[in-house]
This record gives sequence, structure tokens and C-alpha cells, in this order.
Amino acid sequence: MTQSLAITKLSDLANPTRFLALAARVLPWMGTVTAVLFAIGLYLSFATEGDYQQGQTVRIMYVHVPAAWLSMMCYSVMALSAIGTLVWRHPLADVSHRAAAPLGAAFTLIALATGSLWGRPMWGTWWVWDARLTSVFVLFLMYLGLIALNRAMDDPSKAARVSAVLILVGFVNIPIIKFSVDWWNTLHQPASVIRLDGPTIDGEFLWPLLVMAIAFTLLFFTLHIAAMRNEIWRRRVAAQRRLAARAAGREA
Amino acid sequence: MTHTFYIALSYALTALVALCLIAWVWLDGRARRGELAELEASGIRRRSSQPRDDADQSDKP
Amino acid sequence: MVTALLFRDLKLSVRAGGGAMIGVLFFMTVVAVIPFGVGPDLNLLSRIGPAIVWIGALLSALLGLDRLFQTDREDGSLDLLLMQEHPLVLTVLIKCLAHWLGNGLPLVIASPLLGLFMNMNETAIGATMLTLLIGTPALTFIGAVGAAVAVALPRGGLLVSILVLPLAIPVLIFGVSASYAAVEDPAPFMPPFLILVAITMFFAVLGPLGAALALRNAND
Repeated sequence: MTQSLAITKLSDLANPTRFLALAARVLPWMGTVTAVLFAIGLYLSFATEGDYQQGQTVRIMYVHVPAAWLSMMCYSVMALSAIGTLVWRHPLADVSHRAAAPLGAAFTLIALATGSLWGRPMWGTWWVWDARLTSVFVLFLMYLGLIALNRAMDDPSKAARVSAVLILVGFVNIPIIKFSVDWWNTLHQPASVIRLDGPTIDGEFLWPLLVMAIAFTLLFFTLHIAAMRNEIWRRRVAAQRRLAARAAGREA
Repeated sequence: MTHTFYIALSYALTALVALCLIAWVWLDGRARRGELAELEASGIRRRSSQPRDDADQSDKP
Repeated sequence: MVTALLFRDLKLSVRAGGGAMIGVLFFMTVVAVIPFGVGPDLNLLSRIGPAIVWIGALLSALLGLDRLFQTDREDGSLDLLLMQEHPLVLTVLIKCLAHWLGNGLPLVIASPLLGLFMNMNETAIGATMLTLLIGTPALTFIGAVGAAVAVALPRGGLLVSILVLPLAIPVLIFGVSASYAAVEDPAPFMPPFLILVAITMFFAVLGPLGAALALRNAND
């Protein structure tokens, strides 16, 4: 019952009802802008010249780099929401990090897959235990663990608080993991692998990359808001079903 | 350049994952909205327009 | 109160069914299975030996973690621990220490024997044992967070491993690096070893803090 109380509780910051109204107004606009930006970004990324060193494959960068950026930004969003859950007990924060986890996992998957596809023609192998790739892979595992934890728990508000603790512990750990993977990588660096930090990005590539990055970020926020709305609805349905069951029990 | 295959594959994969995400969010939202409408139709009233449902529910005999 | 809790947990963990011996057995079985996978080549085994022993210890340390708070929850003593005016972080720290003494220390003691199986020389065995001695508490501390998070789940053991393994990667990296550095000449032993010490001390703070926070949130 605490959960439906928490949902119906009128909070001054942004209560779920007000959030739903805001989402309904904002979502179509965000979706439209995202679509337009993707159209521009895709046009730009195929209109520009290929890099003399990387050839045409530089185009993979236009989807790979934004996805990698989102994989990290999503975890930061989740960490902020986790603080909101634990400190302010804000119901929207619960919903936010729960809805963000599958999105983060999906964007991390995109980053990993396109990185692998980029690596195949560049380094001649699908996977390199490079420091960056490895860190992103560990991040992917962390996302999957969080999703598994969220799914394993019945009580949504308890699941939210407990996974918030895990998100924060993971967030504190990410720099350590990054540092240790860098260390490990310099220790085992195979001589045959080409150095991964390629030439500094030319201005020509910057524009499509920037547009695509903004488009991806907007796509994330659009999906995030929509997923949060779904989650709120899901909780309302559950709460109403419980109320209905109780009412039926009283009448019988 | 024979790299076209990898470029096409990576763009296709990105599109696939993104479309799956969009479809999932969309279908999930539609299902939830349907459930809410169904509950509404069956007379279970706890809409956002009347937020004091805890009082309302304790009043019920 | 501190020593009482320590001894109570220790007694529970070494008792039959406590799981301490199971962990060591699992450790030995995992390491003993490796030669069947990679072949009986002694040179290869001695080269990968420290890594195999470390991975075996990591997996066995994870094996018993779900029992850290779950037994207390089942018999209701967790509620008593939560209600005490004693700071919960300290209680969790004591429980972690007891768990390590019961489950982690036997792994460290068993590691030289497995080092012999893997054809490691004396220096490598000593270094692996030393790094395990320093590193396994970190595994227990970081595992405590996972155990506390999954405490309410009926079958959280596998989930704990999934949640904890990514966070345990730094411990594994520096433990194995230091073990190798002791054997291979050019690499210095001290830097990775000191980083391992630092990680253990950091997790000794972070682990109980996170676990206490999770326990409070999982139990009201």
C-alpha cells in the first residue's frame, strides 16, 4: 500500500500526474525533433568524404561514438536518479532509473556491436581486449545485472531503493574499473594491434558527429520519458487491480 | 573500398536495436493504456483527477 | 558485542552446513579441472597458474556470499541487528570479517597446495598466497553489497555473483598482476600490490556502507 500512497502523494517538485501531463505534451515534439535531427545527421554522415586513413569506415564512427557516449550518460542519469530515490524518496526517481536501465543496455550493445564491426576491417579481428572496449563491456554486464535485479523483485519501490544502492556503488566503482582495465591493458598490450586513438578528428567529421550525437541524446530522452510514463502506468494498473481485488473481497 | 558491408551492417544493426527499443516502448505504453482504459470501463475509479484515493478507499464500507 | 557477533558468525560458518568447507572444496575442484581443459603441459600450467588460482578463489569467494545475510534473515536475527543502536555499518563490517575468516581464509591456506598442482615455483606460490590474503577481503566487502541487495530474494545466490563479478574485476586484475610481477623480472611487484592494498581498504569502507544502506532499504 505504501507504493500506491507514494504514487498518489502530491509532491511539490513534480508529481507523477503532473509528469504524465507534461510528458503527453512534450513527447510528440521531442519525437519530431529527434526524427528531423536523425534525417539531417544521416544525410551529413553519408555526404561527407571518407577519411584518407580509415577510408569509408569512418562513417561507423557516426553511430558508434554517440552510442558510446550515451552508454555513459545513461549510467550518470541513473546514478542521479538513484540519489533522488535514496535521499528524497522521490517516486519519479524510482521510475526514472528503472526505465533507464534497458535503454542504457541497448545503447551499450549498439556501441559494442558497431565497435566490433569497425574493428573487423581496421584491426582484422572482431574483438580486441582494448581498454575502452573492455570497460564498455563491463558496463554492459552491470546494466544487465541491474535489469536482472529489477526483474527479480516483486515490490517495485523496494526494488527501486535496493537497485539504487547498487547503481551508486557501481558508479563509484566505474573509475576504479576504468583505471584497472587501463593498467591491465598496458601490461598485456600485444604489439601487433594498431593504436586505437586514431588521428585527431577533422572538422569535416565533426559536424555529422555532433548532429548524430544530439540526435541520439534526444532519442534517449524521448524514450526515457516514454518508458517512465509506461512505468507509472504499470504501477497505477497494479495499484488499481489491488484496490479492485480488495473491494471485491469486502463485498463478498 | 570493400568496407561498405561493415558500414551497412553497423548502420542496420543500430537501426534494428533502436527500432526494437522504440517498438518496445510504444507497445508497452499501448498495452498499459489499454489496461487502464479497461479498468476504467469496469468501474474501478482511481483517476489522477481525484488524488485523495486513500481517504476515498477508507470511506468505503 | 563486537567479539560476540564475530564468534557467533564464525561458529555458524564452520559448523556443518555452514558452507566454509564447501567453498574450499569448490576451489580445489575448479583448479583441478583446469588441466583437463588445457592439457597437462607443465610449462603452460605454471605460466597460467597464478591466474587460474586467482580465478578459482574469486569464484569460490562468490559462492558462499549469499549466505552472508540470508541465514540471519531466515532466523530473524537480521531484524535484531537492524534495530540495535549500534551503527549498522560496524555490524556489517564485523559480519564481513567473520565471513572472510570462515570462507576467505581457508581459500588462502589452500592456495599453496593448488599452486603445487599448477607447477608454480615457490616465489609464485608465495606471491599468489600473499595477494590472495590481501585481495580476498576486498571480494568479501564488495560481495556484501550484492548479498545485502539480494537478501530478500528467495534464490539470490546466482544473482549475487552476476552483480558482484563486474565490480570485482579490479581486484582480480591487480591480484594477478602482482602475482605475475613477483615471478617475471621486468615488472615491479610493489605498484600493483600497493594498489591492491588500496582497493581492499577502499572496499572495506564502501562495501559495509553500501551493504548497510541496502539492508535498511530492503527490510522496512
